[in-house]
Amino acid sequence: MWHALIMRVHNAIQLKNPSPSFVGEVVSTNNQGTDMPKNKSRIAEILKAHQDDLAAEWVKNLQATGTGKDSRISESQLREQTKEFLVLLSEAAAVGGDVHSQAWNATVDFLEDVSRSRVQQGFTSEETARFIFSFKQPLFARLRAELAKDHEAFAEETWAATELLDKMGLITIAAFQKTREDLINRQQQEMLELSTPVVKMWDGILALPMIGTLDSARTQIVMESLLQRIVDTGAELAIIDITGVPTVDTLVAQHLLKTVTAIRLMGADCIISGVRPQIAQTIVHLGVDLQGVTTKANLADALSLALKKLGFAVTRTKAAN
Amino acid sequence: MDRIPILRMGEFLLVSIQVDMHDQLAMTLQDDLTSMIERTGARGVLIDISALEMVDSFIGRMIANISGMSRILDAHTVVVGMQPAVAITLVELGLSLPGVKMALNIEKGMAYLRAQRAAEEGDGPNDLRYSDDGGAGYGTRQE
Repeated sequence: MWHALIMRVHNAIQLKNPSPSFVGEVVSTNNQGTDMPKNKSRIAEILKAHQDDLAAEWVKNLQATGTGKDSRISESQLREQTKEFLVLLSEAAAVGGDVHSQAWNATVDFLEDVSRSRVQQGFTSEETARFIFSFKQPLFARLRAELAKDHEAFAEETWAATELLDKMGLITIAAFQKTREDLINRQQQEMLELSTPVVKMWDGILALPMIGTLDSARTQIVMESLLQRIVDTGAELAIIDITGVPTVDTLVAQHLLKTVTAIRLMGADCIISGVRPQIAQTIVHLGVDLQGVTTKANLADALSLALKKLGFAVTRTKAAN
Repeated sequence: MDRIPILRMGEFLLVSIQVDMHDQLAMTLQDDLTSMIERTGARGVLIDISALEMVDSFIGRMIANISGMSRILDAHTVVVGMQPAVAITLVELGLSLPGVKMALNIEKGMAYLRAQRAAEEGDGPNDLRYSDDGGAGYGTRQE
């Protein structure tokens, strides 16, 4: 969903700027004449000329807004990042063109890297975005000083700079979001792998403690790993324990029934255990037919039934103390 | 290969499906197996599908049909070695094959057939016809 949203934002920006060179575009449509090439790279020029001053002011600004004061990122690191960004930005701005064009690749990559490292350091999206947005003030101040006499040029350059920095900000946020999403995806994958342990209870008895909500994808993985273990071990009985399943609706019940049927098709049998009172009520209210499926209230009962089915008997040889 | 071999082992018949089943092959097997049961008077049929990797609804139904026909000809039938992927496919197709006895592997399938035979010999024919509770066969033998 976020991707879609961000894509839409990108598109909106591109629509606003049909010309590939937006820095030049604003200026060139309004400043025709001999000074056009000079004006075209005003921002780049200013960036280049006052790199050190801008970087210093930017860092000061960052520190004032809070990001710099943080122990998660040192001042020298911040200085390095701002400096590198300014170098890249002035180079790219000198070439001009759209942010998505080749010339901007290095800048965009750098921003994405910064975003990623911010995520890893545990910054919020707001703090990450502030990295770019706190550069506005020093840049505008510099533009003002440079173009004090030419109001029109000042307004145009300010607009161009705003657009440029907004795009940079969006790139930062998009990268931030993407890194977070990748993290979530990876965690989901890991959760899937972690949540399907098939346990051997006894010779010929397997148990599968299910934890968490059952959806189609999970049921599929659970079913596959359980069936594979049944083939590998030749176990005749499988116990599916649903103590850790918070709710059972018709879909979950259907998934369970499918698993039971598949186990039976393989030639093994299945017991469902850990049915809590509320779940029993829900199943009956929903009208789910669990006839023909052996259900037990807890795992101990299921194990004792399984042992009995396989002809084992558990006896106590010594009285408890 | 246009025929699936049917092997005779004592009073049981063994069918091992080693190739991917297509519809004609399944029909031929159905014919061959029923006439073979009739000819040999076999009391048990073991169908090994452990090499079968792909099924469709037709093949699924054929497995059930063959099993049902053998039962009518008074031969207990057990289908052994179904692959997990095949089981999942059949479930997704809505085929749960009720009434077909399944076993995990040939060893367990043969044990089931022998137990059924022993029960028939021991208790007389009337007792077992209706005790269709699968695993009970194992116990009957020891008693």
